[in-house]
Amino acid sequence: MKLYDLVQDGCFKVLNEGSTSEREILAPYCCDLLSVAMGRMPADSAWVTVMGNVNTLAVASLADAACIILAEGSHLDEPALNKAKQQDITVFETEMPIFDAAFLIYQKLHA
Amino acid sequence: MSNMIHMSYEVPPGDFTRAGEASSNLKSSLKKMGVNPEIVRKVAIAMYEGEINMVIHATGGKIDVVVSPEEIEMVLKDQGPGIANIELAMQAGYSTAPDNIRNLGFGAGMGLPNMKKYSDEFKIESTVGVGTTVTMKVKME
Ligand SMILES: Nc1ncnc2c1ncn2[C@@H]1O[C@H](COP(=O)(O)OP(=O)(O)OP(=O)(O)O)[C@@H](O)[C@H]1O
Ligand SMILES: [Mg+2]
Repeated sequence: MKLYDLVQDGCFKVLNEGSTSEREILAPYCCDLLSVAMGRMPADSAWVTVMGNVNTLAVASLADAACIILAEGSHLDEPALNKAKQQDITVFETEMPIFDAAFLIYQKLHA
Repeated sequence: MSNMIHMSYEVPPGDFTRAGEASSNLKSSLKKMGVNPEIVRKVAIAMYEGEINMVIHATGGKIDVVVSPEEIEMVLKDQGPGIANIELAMQAGYSTAPDNIRNLGFGAGMGLPNMKKYSDEFKIESTVGVGTTVTMKVKME
């Protein structure tokens, strides 16, 4: 599934759309501890987390995540939204629990 | 030698909105140089963990990077409080990060283990009251 498909799908609200929509999403990944995610998240993951600060954006960009999905109704703060734009990272948000959001992506990938 | 490229970054103290900028800049420079994306990713992860540690645990510092055809060397130097027990600090899960830092998602105690995991050579020297220097090398192949 391409990032583009997830943007079009409408299941998650798009907060920022990067220019990388041709990118493939390989798997969902869940973790809120930044250095655990940094060390273990595979490249091209759809990273589902509740942490919406600038450091989340930095980790996503440096560890080559395909996109960020903020779950459980969490939001990006203002500096983080600016960073998402500046770093060209696609960010979604949803009221869904982390598991449900990740499972939805899993189902779409394996449909 | 002419086929070595030197880069230097100042890491400002206490600024979480800017922490990670040096790593981001290095990452885009390496990409532009055409370095293999998997190598770039290793460097970016190792460097970010070191950079963020300088901001959280020390008072910022300086990072010197040398890119040669064989490897990428990163030297991260701070004048922070130093680390009394390096062996303990290197253990996965060990962290002295305060609550306000943990609330941002840090403090898993995985930064130093990540730096070791993603670099091919890793050295840490530290003197209490003087500062900490971390040297990491990532091989090009
Ligand atoms: N540059 C430094 N100066 C002083 N102490 C440091 C420095 N880097 C690491 N430490 C000490 O080593 C501990 C472990 O560092 P490590 O990066 O592994 O975890 P952390 O920074 O606490 O949490 P995480 O990196 O998982 O968010 C820190 O909590 C701190 O006590
Ligand atoms: Mg750390």
